[in-house]
Amino acid sequence: MANIVLAAEEAAPHGAREPSATQTSVEHHGGGEFPPFQTENFVPQLVWLALTFGLLYLLMSRIALPRIGSILHDRESRIESDLFASRELQEKAQEAAAAHDETLRVTKAQAQDIGRAAQQQAATETATRRASEEAAFAEKVAAAETQILAAKSEALSNVETIATEAAGAILEKLTGARFAAETLQGEYRNIKAS
Amino acid sequence: MNPTEQFELQRIAPYFINGVDVSFTNASLYMLLAASAAIILTIFATSKRALVPGRGQALAEVLYEFVANTVRSTAGKEGMRFFPFVFTLFTFILMSNLIGLVPYTYSLSSQIVLTFAFAAFVLLLVILYGLYRHGFGFLRLFVPHGVPGPVLVILIPIEIISFLSRPVSLSVRLFANILAGHITLAVFGGLAVMLLGAGSWAALAPVPVLGVVVLYALELLVNCLQAFVFTVLTCVYLNDAIHPGH
Repeated sequence: MANIVLAAEEAAPHGAREPSATQTSVEHHGGGEFPPFQTENFVPQLVWLALTFGLLYLLMSRIALPRIGSILHDRESRIESDLFASRELQEKAQEAAAAHDETLRVTKAQAQDIGRAAQQQAATETATRRASEEAAFAEKVAAAETQILAAKSEALSNVETIATEAAGAILEKLTGARFAAETLQGEYRNIKAS
Repeated sequence: MNPTEQFELQRIAPYFINGVDVSFTNASLYMLLAASAAIILTIFATSKRALVPGRGQALAEVLYEFVANTVRSTAGKEGMRFFPFVFTLFTFILMSNLIGLVPYTYSLSSQIVLTFAFAAFVLLLVILYGLYRHGFGFLRLFVPHGVPGPVLVILIPIEIISFLSRPVSLSVRLFANILAGHITLAVFGGLAVMLLGAGSWAALAPVPVLGVVVLYALELLVNCLQAFVFTVLTCVYLNDAIHPGH
């Protein structure tokens, strides 16, 4: 490595100082001394090529390639088994989802049934309660009505006494004669009846 | 400044065994670097064998699947027996190309002897495997299907020549692309340096620097692409060995 660097550095200032010399040297080369065609250099290169390439071939074919091949093979089989497992799991998940949907559907129906029953129960309860309340209320109304009737007739009988008494008093003042309450009462009833 | 200087072989530790030059050179160094990069990427980065990969492991996996798909689509399922070789070839060339793009480094693919060694090895592999697998039936490769007899007399030599010229085209394609790219980069860089040393012309120096930037991006593409092209063609040729009939 050092040799080459040195050689390159030696070459650089030389070319920089004498550009014309460089150009002529370019033209000179291409003849017999063109480095790749120097036959005396063939043997050492071939010997070392055989050595290094042979060694590299051994290392590649014995170690590197089987190893990389097994890595790729392992990964492929791993991916395949993982895919298989994931497919299975997916199927399971789909089954579970279907079961869940079914349960949900059943539960929903049950909930609806319960709701409907509760609604009905509440409705009947309200109806019976309303009926009983209404009956009680009607009774109360009826009682009140009889009470009113009684009060009215009492009030009306009071009116009769007051009227006859007042009529008796008026007749006494005007005529000086006293009339029996019964007569007055009879007259009153006659007037009322006419 | 010589744009071909970057391709020169430096003997770091000269060494001869029975007169054979086995010196440790800068090429050897970069071969070790490319191999180390491949090892770091594919062995150290995957040591955890993580189910969810980290950055390094993801890169190694991408590389593996990329090469595996290339081999499978061009050479068929049977071609997978060459997968380790093709993978090593691709990573080695790719790593050396990418490392070679770092300034002051040495690009292995710019050496025709190395790319030709790869290509010749591929040709040899095709011939040997084809003969081992199909015997003489492998020679059907040179006999195009459904062609009348007289034409075959001309066609078979052409097929043979085209088959034998494959390593040349395969190696020269990689070599020439990488070589030309590195020379162009060096020339543009050298031009910038020259302009800086040429008085008032220095004002123009940023222009070639901009050129280097643009070319560098292009070279990045070319270096990866050529590694890929080399690999795909290797697979195509191997496919001929597996299925020789046209």
